[in-house]
Amino acid sequence: MIQALVFYVFAAITVASGVMVISARNPVHAVLFLILAFFNAAGLFLLAGAEFLAMVLVVVYVGAVAVLFLFVVMMLDINFIKLREGFLQYLPIGGLVGLILLAELALVFGSWSFAPHAALSVATHVPDLHVVTNTDALGRLLFTHYFYLFQVAGLVLLVAMIGTILLTLRSRPGVKKQNIARQNARTKETSVELRKVPTRGGI
Amino acid sequence: MLEIGLAHYLTVAAIIFTLGVFGIFLNRKNVIIIMMSIELILLAVNINFVAFSHFLNDLTGQVFAMFVLTVAAAEAAIGLAILVVFFRNRGTIEVEEINQMKG
Repeated sequence: MIQALVFYVFAAITVASGVMVISARNPVHAVLFLILAFFNAAGLFLLAGAEFLAMVLVVVYVGAVAVLFLFVVMMLDINFIKLREGFLQYLPIGGLVGLILLAELALVFGSWSFAPHAALSVATHVPDLHVVTNTDALGRLLFTHYFYLFQVAGLVLLVAMIGTILLTLRSRPGVKKQNIARQNARTKETSVELRKVPTRGGI
Repeated sequence: MLEIGLAHYLTVAAIIFTLGVFGIFLNRKNVIIIMMSIELILLAVNINFVAFSHFLNDLTGQVFAMFVLTVAAAEAAIGLAILVVFFRNRGTIEVEEINQMKG
């Protein structure tokens, strides 16, 4: 009973904020609604027993991805009003495609059922939450059976990091920067000069 | 109705997925909103993974949802970096202006 209520609240807020993400006038509001959607999706994950994934969703998506979006939206000086031109023009065709997609998904979900042997082909059973925590079970599976995939995921992140740094790094000419090696390489001979100043002459 | 089943989760995921696709159509000019729509689509996929994992009693779905999360984070970072570089070069992020690589 209470579980159903919580599910409906989380689901409703997730869908509503999803609507706001794509229709908000101000992109900053869109990002904030995206954060709200992620929070409520994390609630849905909690209801489904995926505790670790819910926390990861909050940390990774809200803490990193959404903030990254927020940075970019606020950093770039973009004329967002100009970008909204044609919003209503695309509404009918977009709505048509969306409705068709939704109808097709509804048809699939309406007439679909598990294969009779689906329960037998389960790879790893979810342990009882009162015996082993979700994080523990996930870690045991991830670091043994899916270890290579886990390493590949790390490589994907590494490549993304290097690519991002490489893309956005730029060396601007004419910027005065501290060069410690050059500072340390200075000697008295190259930096100090003794001059004979004539009397009453000045330099 | 009061018993939450697999169909409930799948319905929510389907609605969010459709919203994401709809958002791509609706904001054809704004790359940032398009990328947020892609994030919504990936979120819908994750909800499906977790729901199936829960109702089939199989932990593998959660492992895969985590990999989807990894790829989504990498995609967002690289996409936004490309966006920043593009804005630096052209001064706009309109999708229609992104045609320099056209043959």
